[in-house]
Amino acid sequence: MQKPLAPGVQERKRLEHVTVRFAGDSGDGVQITGDQFTNTTAIAGNDLATLPDYPAEIRAPAGTLPGVSGFQIQFAATDIYTPGDQPDVLVAFNPAALKVHVNDLVQNGVLIVDTKKFDKINMAKAGYATNPLEDSSLSNYRLFSEPITDMTMRSLQGLESVSAREKERCKNFFALGMAYWIFNRDLGPSLRWIQDKFKKSPGIAEACQTALKAGYNYCDMTDAFQAVAYEIPAAPTKPGLYRNISGNQALATGLVAASVRSGLKLFYGAYPITPASDILHELAKHKNFGVITFQAEDEIAAMAAVVGAAFSGALSVAGTAGPGLALKSEAMSLAIMTELPVVVIDVQRGGPSTGLPTKTEQADLLFAMYGRHGESPVAILAPATPAENFLFAIEACRLAVRHMTPVILLSDGYLANGSEPWRIPELSELPEMKTEFAHANGKEFMPYARDEKTLSRPWAVPGTPGLEHRIGGLESRELTGDVSYDPHNHERMCVLRAAKVARIAEDIPPLEVMGDEDAEVLVIGWGSTYGAIRSACRRVQEAGRKVAQAHLRYLNPLPRNTEQVLKRYKKVICPEINLGQLSHLLRGRFLVDVIPLNKMQGSPFTGREVLEGIEAVMEGRPVRQPGSDRPFLTTSNYSEG
Amino acid sequence: MPAITASKAEKQKFTKADFQSNQEVRWCPGCGDYAILTGALQVFAGLGIPRENFVMVSGIGCSSRFPYYVNTYGFHTIHGRAPAVATGVKLANPELQVWVITGDGDGMSIGGNHLMHALRRNLDIKILMFNNRIYGLTKGQYSPTSEYGKVTKSTPFGSVDQPVNPVSFALASEATFVARTADIYLPHLQSVLNRAAEHKGVAFIEILQNCVIFNDGAFKDVTERSIRDDENVLLEDGKPMIFGKGRKKGLRLKGLSVESVELGQDGVTEKDLLVHDQRAEDQTLAYMLSRLDHPTVMGIFRDVTRPSFERRAHEQVQNAKERYGEGDLLDLIRGKETWTIK
Ligand code: SF4
Repeated sequence: MQKPLAPGVQERKRLEHVTVRFAGDSGDGVQITGDQFTNTTAIAGNDLATLPDYPAEIRAPAGTLPGVSGFQIQFAATDIYTPGDQPDVLVAFNPAALKVHVNDLVQNGVLIVDTKKFDKINMAKAGYATNPLEDSSLSNYRLFSEPITDMTMRSLQGLESVSAREKERCKNFFALGMAYWIFNRDLGPSLRWIQDKFKKSPGIAEACQTALKAGYNYCDMTDAFQAVAYEIPAAPTKPGLYRNISGNQALATGLVAASVRSGLKLFYGAYPITPASDILHELAKHKNFGVITFQAEDEIAAMAAVVGAAFSGALSVAGTAGPGLALKSEAMSLAIMTELPVVVIDVQRGGPSTGLPTKTEQADLLFAMYGRHGESPVAILAPATPAENFLFAIEACRLAVRHMTPVILLSDGYLANGSEPWRIPELSELPEMKTEFAHANGKEFMPYARDEKTLSRPWAVPGTPGLEHRIGGLESRELTGDVSYDPHNHERMCVLRAAKVARIAEDIPPLEVMGDEDAEVLVIGWGSTYGAIRSACRRVQEAGRKVAQAHLRYLNPLPRNTEQVLKRYKKVICPEINLGQLSHLLRGRFLVDVIPLNKMQGSPFTGREVLEGIEAVMEGRPVRQPGSDRPFLTTSNYSEG
Repeated sequence: MPAITASKAEKQKFTKADFQSNQEVRWCPGCGDYAILTGALQVFAGLGIPRENFVMVSGIGCSSRFPYYVNTYGFHTIHGRAPAVATGVKLANPELQVWVITGDGDGMSIGGNHLMHALRRNLDIKILMFNNRIYGLTKGQYSPTSEYGKVTKSTPFGSVDQPVNPVSFALASEATFVARTADIYLPHLQSVLNRAAEHKGVAFIEILQNCVIFNDGAFKDVTERSIRDDENVLLEDGKPMIFGKGRKKGLRLKGLSVESVELGQDGVTEKDLLVHDQRAEDQTLAYMLSRLDHPTVMGIFRDVTRPSFERRAHEQVQNAKERYGEGDLLDLIRGKETWTIK
């Protein structure tokens, strides 16, 4: 898969892993550049993890610090679990991007800067008094000041069908071409992508392709780049057919797979909300799978329609983020009361309220668990990596339908937008999803009769003769479902609904422990912290110490052996992107003195941050706040920071 | 999902008893809801559609108990959300006959947004709004249709907000079928419900309903027998708008408003009167009629044909299947760019 050496290159330096970050104005095409680089890297066979970082504003003023958009990728010749702690290579399209990101770049890291925007105005917007490319402030890095925009314009000189503005916008492809040369990548996948993407405007397609090749050739012809010619061999992975997939794509694809496997029509109800909207966009494309997508008038209606569709016998799914989940809690309670199967996806983002809409957080766990009135248990799942969203979408549907209960799937901004290589499963590897609607059998129909094993009630859908019945939000009498205000019936039904969800524990795998079974310290996490914890534990072990890791993908009910696992270790650390929600649950449930390790900065943990936390606990030091020397921020010491 | 076939050819015979559930009806004695239930059950039976193909969806309020009393599928949902739940029910299975039962509080207040969107989308559901101009279930607070200055438990000094007119609201929300009737006009109510059932698209029916307990005589000035003839204009398609004892009055357009005139006075003849056109594409005249209160206009204001929401949605699915072929899961999972590791 690797190309032969580019002409003129004596020898490429082999690296095990590299982290690259692209940064520029939101209009600079940074995300496209990142996506293309990722795809090509994936095709080259490296393991990889990505972290897109969108600015919060739709279009902050050009050239300003809040307008900077970033994309980070770590790729390697071995297994990796995170998008990298610090970039080894930074490509900055303007002074603001340089300002925001340069301090993260490793010492002696490769810094490629487009000189075009380093004029007085743009430097002032970024807060540079003097030109950093000309003073000595960047001397710790291997600086490549390149007139990327100008060279792009020159390479496109002959193209008459494309405006100057459009030509200028091809500069990201020039930079991408440079990055491809540095890492010895094949241009083929991106050339093909451009062809397909701009098939309606051949002029633009030609311009982008020309710029891409020009960037590549420029490095090839320029001696200075010989020093940064690298080679990252493919990672040894399980044989098979692979693709690169983001969390939201994996989720949407998993939902369609669940629909096909179960034979149930997929109904997806949603209201536009960041960072969940991409699931709606993706599903809306797949109408030839019989998918019905419904963009409702509001979050409440989306959820209510999903409950209605479940009554009608569809595989019914709602997707949202925190503020939307709050609005959905009323109709979710109705689904709990009427025991209808619905899946609710919460792509968590920074909260409360509008919070940090484009940034990641894990602070909806307790809300998912308890955020409804009355005793209203639901099942809760959380995939650990972007690609795992595929299987967990299917799993959420399977559990909802089999146990006749709402299921919440907790993703987050990092999982949703991050991507990784994914071995494409055979259809035969997908879980079975048998579904049977109730049919009249001559006996009186009991809508609230229960399956002995799962305690679930029958799914009797309108249109079925002989099963006419009424359900509703009022408490129902056991068996008949008639409205009942009988206090003992209410108590029994509350317990039954809770027991039904608790029984799901019989239907899910036990909690697995990775690493050293006989360690003193266990690191337990859930959801998207998996990669950072995994990479931290690896480093602990590489340093000759013992540590165990367990990762919860089922948050309610917890796997059967959770208590047993927790009690096996002297110390239990729980890293989370919140102020200690899983810690709280585990302490309350099992009386285990879980040590929280928390971060609330709108970004995922780096492996190093978790590593520092583990080391502190092992050495009996206080846990520090990630990214600073201050003690870990708590509600009682916040003023000391 | 079971396929439903109920073509006219195999129209079956049902009686009101087939549609009556075994639940004891629990509205207050004398409540207008009883009459509406009786009328509706007869209409359902007469449609010749098996009862398993009906779904009654309601929100919260006295009226929303309705589904419990109908022996079909039923869903007593949450306050104001019935149109949204019904949207899911109908989109997931367009063959079902979905009837939404709501009230003035449920539909116009907490559920106003859902109602507006169900109407504008032209989802093929039938929405019966029992308007008693009061909150009955919560024991007597003023509602969005209560008249200005209404004294209730929550407004001891009188309400200070302008009421909303449900028919005007429905017309402004692009509903394709809009009607008004009353609990005590049973034959009229039934004919309106029958027409609503025939309509392919959303149907909105405001039913003036008396609440004997908290707002007795809510529509006395409209429906009481002694004044009824002079206070009601019954719309008939294609006919001039004549009303009043001895049919001596009529409605005429004057500038940008509708006025009531005496036939024969000042040379007014039938020719000067407005002629009702239910199928008019423009709803402006219907809207003006909906605003009159002395007399109050009853009947079908509007009945126009437009493709329904769920049909359009399912057509898109059908078209996609024809254009791209039935979805291939493995293709979808593979995506566009793949590579093989040996
Ligand atoms: S409170 Fe009023 S509307 Fe409700 S049942 Fe009694 S009479 Fe009917």
